[in-house]
Amino acid sequence: MTDYEAVIGLEIHAQLKTESKLFCGCDASYGAEPNANACPVCLGHPGALPVLNERAVEFAALLGMAIESRVNPVSIFARKNYFYPDLPKGYQISQFDKPICTGGRIALTRADGVAREIGVTRAHMEEDAGKSIHDRSDATLVDVNRCGVPLIEIVSEPDLRTAEEARLYVEKIRQIVRYLRICDGNMEEGSLRCDANVSVRPQGETELGVKTEIKNMNSFKSVERAVEFEIERQIDLIEDGGEVTQQTLLWDADRNVAVPMRGKESAHDYRYFPEPDLPPVALSEERLAEIRTRLPELPDAKRERFVSDYGLPDYDADVLSQSRDVAEYFERVANASGDAKAASNWTMGEVAREIRERKIEIAEFLLSPERLAEIIALVKDNVVSATAAKEVFVAALEEDKSPKTIVEERNLGQISDASELDEMIDQILKEHTVAVEEYLAGKEKAIGFLVGQAMRLSRGKANPQLLNKSLRQKLESMK
Amino acid sequence: MKVTLEQTAYIAELARLSFDDDELRRRQDDLNRILEYVEKLDELQPDDVEPLSHPVENTGRPRADVVASSLPIEDTLRNAPDADDRHFKTPKAISV
Repeated sequence: MTDYEAVIGLEIHAQLKTESKLFCGCDASYGAEPNANACPVCLGHPGALPVLNERAVEFAALLGMAIESRVNPVSIFARKNYFYPDLPKGYQISQFDKPICTGGRIALTRADGVAREIGVTRAHMEEDAGKSIHDRSDATLVDVNRCGVPLIEIVSEPDLRTAEEARLYVEKIRQIVRYLRICDGNMEEGSLRCDANVSVRPQGETELGVKTEIKNMNSFKSVERAVEFEIERQIDLIEDGGEVTQQTLLWDADRNVAVPMRGKESAHDYRYFPEPDLPPVALSEERLAEIRTRLPELPDAKRERFVSDYGLPDYDADVLSQSRDVAEYFERVANASGDAKAASNWTMGEVAREIRERKIEIAEFLLSPERLAEIIALVKDNVVSATAAKEVFVAALEEDKSPKTIVEERNLGQISDASELDEMIDQILKEHTVAVEEYLAGKEKAIGFLVGQAMRLSRGKANPQLLNKSLRQKLESMK
Repeated sequence: MKVTLEQTAYIAELARLSFDDDELRRRQDDLNRILEYVEKLDELQPDDVEPLSHPVENTGRPRADVVASSLPIEDTLRNAPDADDRHFKTPKAISV
């Protein structure tokens, strides 16, 4: 049997998070009433002229810098001509032979530990099309709100070899655009979209096989499943003596199959030509240098620094660097408390749990890093137990009070006073004579029960180390 | 360079224009006359000239990213041959 190798290239469209559209002042945000965000420019009325949004250029340049592209000092907009109801002008303003970013690379690490570097061919700016609604009446309904919303299209080299690599690549791009705060990366809402070009060839063959294009994958899982499905479909086809035909497939996530796109696909002949209504996009060296100052530390660098500067385990560094906001929260807690490991445990544990349960982003999380650092200090100074600290955490979150005040108000302070503990121990020893006798008879384990009872008596507030020590001393003296 | 009748028909199809045979032949002639006219440029040797994408040297001034007001919905839909209260209506593009 022949071994096959898959060759996969991805095109990712990321919606740039600008306030206004790419070429006009209409609101670019998602979720307005249908056709509320339209003007003569994005409606394609005769005589209306596009004017480029400065921030979209800046965002595109930032992306280029983050993936080590060459950000070109001059790039050119071009018209991509085709007819579809949701494209009022009859052409999409895009970039063709002179995109803003050329080249680049994305580093991935597979689950088996293999590191891969995936080439990026180019990244270019373009405007989004509108939305066609086909299933609500006997006509096609068109909403132009999305027309003219800025996109960056990132085109990979055909360097990906497995479905897993394809998913990792999309995840990495999403992580980067979110770090850069240029796109919210929501695949379900379509602010990050991905098309895959897939072909297979016998292992060792250098010529490329016939490729198909898969669209409509709106989650990371879909990307992996759809690419896997298509690789297997093509191999089966070839094994059965058939041939792969070039076509566009739509991924159906409910049924886990890719189906050929319906409707007449007229030959793709976009007749690109330079957009006469827009002058070339120029980026001076000064402007590029200025944009570069806004490039944040990227995930890989952050992860490495968390290990080297804070001495965190690789696992912690990896989890904490997934999101820039989480990483920044952790770092503020670590710096304010001086205890990076505790800061990491709290951020990955209680903080992450609260955020998940409240279905919020860490940016909306109300407990400030400084207050969490105070809680960490209270535990470290033996003012509260680890268990009580969790109660302080929840209360501080809900009541917006300082941790110290909460400890006082709720009387959560740990009992470290020896005489107070002694009283409790005496009471426990009196009440549980059986356990005491067992211990004295040599059954060491009986002490666990007694500690538990004393802890219960103190309502969890006894300092566990002190309690253990005093109890043992007392029992030993009874021998 | 000459445009064939097939090429003319293909260009017409891409432009969603329909012509009868006679009209199509006339459009072919028109296109060929235009091409002949610009062939004059072949007399030049532009090897060391950068391709020009835009006739104006000025690179223009971009816009600050500020939201401006959009049109009222009734104006947006005013020129539409068909619409409901919030959408443009076009012939069905895909049958669902």
